[in-house]
Amino acid sequence: MSAPRDKFGRPIVVVTGMGVVTSLGAGKTDNWTRLTAGESGIRTVTRFPIDGLKSTMAGTVDFVTVDPFSSTGLTERLAEIATEEALDQAGIGAKADFPGPLFLAVAPVEVEWPQRLELGRAIGKTEFGYDDILRVSGGGRFAKYHHRFMFGSVASHLADIFGTKGSPISLSTACASGATSIQLGVEAIRRGDADAALCVATDGSVNPEAVVRFSLLSALSTQNDPPQAASKPFSKNRDGFVMAEGAGAMVLESYDSAMARGAAILGVVAGCGELTDSFHRTRSSPDGKPIIGCMRKTLADAGLEPEQIDHINAHGTATPENDKMEYNTTAVVFGDHLPKIPVSSNKSMVGHTISAAGAVEAIFSLLTLEHQRIPPTINYEIPDPAILFDVVANKARDARVTAVMSNSFGFGGQNASLILTREPV
Amino acid sequence: MTEPISSSAREVWITGIGIVSSLGEGLDAHWEALSARRINIDDKRFAPYIVHPLAPLSFDAQIPKKGDQRQMEAWQRIGTYAAGLALDSAGVKGDKEILARMDMIVAAGGGERDLAVDLAIMNADARGNSSPGFLNERLMNDLRPTLFLAQLSNLLAGNIAIVHGVCGTSRTFMGEEAASIDAARIALARIQSGQSDIALVGAAHNGERSDLLVLYEFGDYNLTGKFAPVWQREGNGGFALGSAGCFLVMESREHAEARGAKPYARLAKVVADRAQRKQPGAVTKSLEALWRKLDITGERGNLITGATGAEPVTSEEKVFLRQHPGFAVRATGTMFGHTLETQFPLGLALASLSISRGALFPPNDPTGIEVKQSGSPDQIVVIGAGHWQGEGMALVEAIT
Repeated sequence: MSAPRDKFGRPIVVVTGMGVVTSLGAGKTDNWTRLTAGESGIRTVTRFPIDGLKSTMAGTVDFVTVDPFSSTGLTERLAEIATEEALDQAGIGAKADFPGPLFLAVAPVEVEWPQRLELGRAIGKTEFGYDDILRVSGGGRFAKYHHRFMFGSVASHLADIFGTKGSPISLSTACASGATSIQLGVEAIRRGDADAALCVATDGSVNPEAVVRFSLLSALSTQNDPPQAASKPFSKNRDGFVMAEGAGAMVLESYDSAMARGAAILGVVAGCGELTDSFHRTRSSPDGKPIIGCMRKTLADAGLEPEQIDHINAHGTATPENDKMEYNTTAVVFGDHLPKIPVSSNKSMVGHTISAAGAVEAIFSLLTLEHQRIPPTINYEIPDPAILFDVVANKARDARVTAVMSNSFGFGGQNASLILTREPV
Repeated sequence: MTEPISSSAREVWITGIGIVSSLGEGLDAHWEALSARRINIDDKRFAPYIVHPLAPLSFDAQIPKKGDQRQMEAWQRIGTYAAGLALDSAGVKGDKEILARMDMIVAAGGGERDLAVDLAIMNADARGNSSPGFLNERLMNDLRPTLFLAQLSNLLAGNIAIVHGVCGTSRTFMGEEAASIDAARIALARIQSGQSDIALVGAAHNGERSDLLVLYEFGDYNLTGKFAPVWQREGNGGFALGSAGCFLVMESREHAEARGAKPYARLAKVVADRAQRKQPGAVTKSLEALWRKLDITGERGNLITGATGAEPVTSEEKVFLRQHPGFAVRATGTMFGHTLETQFPLGLALASLSISRGALFPPNDPTGIEVKQSGSPDQIVVIGAGHWQGEGMALVEAIT
């Protein structure tokens, strides 16, 4: 039997397992129920003092704890939970023996403040410099912090416990990271390098410095009260994104390999595309060409026409710049067909899970295909008259959905799109 | 990409090389320094720690806008500069048609912190005068707003896109030494399979950073006291951090020939794995397994390793090397220091350079592990074994 291939002769890449954790809960069932009920996972931060911060709310995952706490530790734990769910569903390989590579989207890692302060206190002086810090750092006392704060540490841990094969890849393409992890998996399967790939995206980095960093770039909403109403994609009074935590995990397989082992096929990654914007470190090119090109590359990669897309899971961060640019570029790509496409932003409810967002939203897109129901964009009370999307406003909408485009755009000119379908196209 | 998978793997050439390091900038300067066995260390600035500081250079030559330079910290300037050299060397600098579809994989760590801000907060905390919101207030007031962009891992790629216009795709791999092994591996696989035609691959590292010394000191990995070549650090293991940037332009043979590009060498294979280093000898075993995947047939050859000097990995690598006594070994760590993500691209670059110049550069080691080699190399194996995880190898070949 010849392998079922797509119209370009490449192996078809299917999804056979999914797992997700967000501020709405752990697992697909909880997330889908609350997402389609229009619930928000955004709340006032209680993990650390919020005094002096301009933005005091986030979509933190407070029901998962790690001890001792570090953002990297939480990031790792969230990835583990999502991956366990995905592997349970896929039923692939044996325990701790996943038959393929790991592609992990993860936030950049560095020593964090609790550990840095611990180090400072260990010096035993009230006035010190880096020489003093270096003097107490060695000798094994803080040995665990070496591993904890290596960039490869989360992937290393996942590779160990899930038994993925080969060198695990940790990647960052900023807010597009989750989509990139899926894209790397798709490419590996299309090349025939692997029959299966584990694509995971995770972010547990709501900590004071992370909030301050985004805040200083004026990227965050400051509509702190009530926190649930802060994230307002496509609204006229939107004022920034809300930081959030979460993880998404996907088992990708070649159609052939999934059929051979009788696995249930949850959906198809029909196309991936990416195009870099070289205009500015944080802003998109005013002509929108890189984003337009990214969406067009993705359509071409899937072999689909714009008219064949019937839902867009938008990047929809709720920053003034992103939403306007996303509408303008989408309008160019989809033209007269755009009014017929319902558009929604999951970030209105779960916030922006940054490195995880692309995968979390791809999973929600696949659930949309499964349930033929589109989660709403909540807090959509005052539409932005310049954004003429058919926004799925405030309440979930039943719809016939066969192909979803999921978009991710990030700092550093990172643009990535995915097209997900229920059946091979 | 929409191209179907070709039935046979396409040949991949290295057509551009850019290097900046403690030994200078560019291929001629590096060839001359390696030939003269030059080593540039600074054992005073961070004493008792030793670093290989970046050679003085004017960033204007590759980053003409001062505004761009100001938006970057040192690691990004080093990388953006090296990327520009690689594009120049490949003859594609400013070629908008090619750059617009050039794929990029950067291996990156994170950027410089504001040490003064960190120290002030740590000192205040140690004095006990920190209220609940103290950290927030200091960070909000004292951090430079754009510093974040100089720290984000993917913003080296972002800066290369902005300054040089490399804008096909942009991916940043993280994870210390292994990140750049995988970057080369994935770029090669994509070009071989027809998913990509031309790619810019590389990394940058600023080794002159107290905060990085602290991070590696946690694991007692820093070389202290007296400098010694990598192979001569028994009893005083560790690495001396080095500053370097290294980028390569890789492309399919067809693509290179169509534009009349002159190759330095062929990148035939890149393989990688991550041994669970729980048992002694795990790295030796992992390297042996990778070696078998390269299908090396001869008993004699050349080998450039990024051996760090950290233990126990370097000793385990020595065991592996002793099993291949016919291979002339060169350790980049002795001359360049340990440049983390940059070490593997550096190995690929020096292998390509050696092949194109028809000689392996001379040994720089009194222990006898490195020996003189004569003749023109037709194959060079490049090895990377990360200081804490990840092993990889590449096979670089002469184009005959």
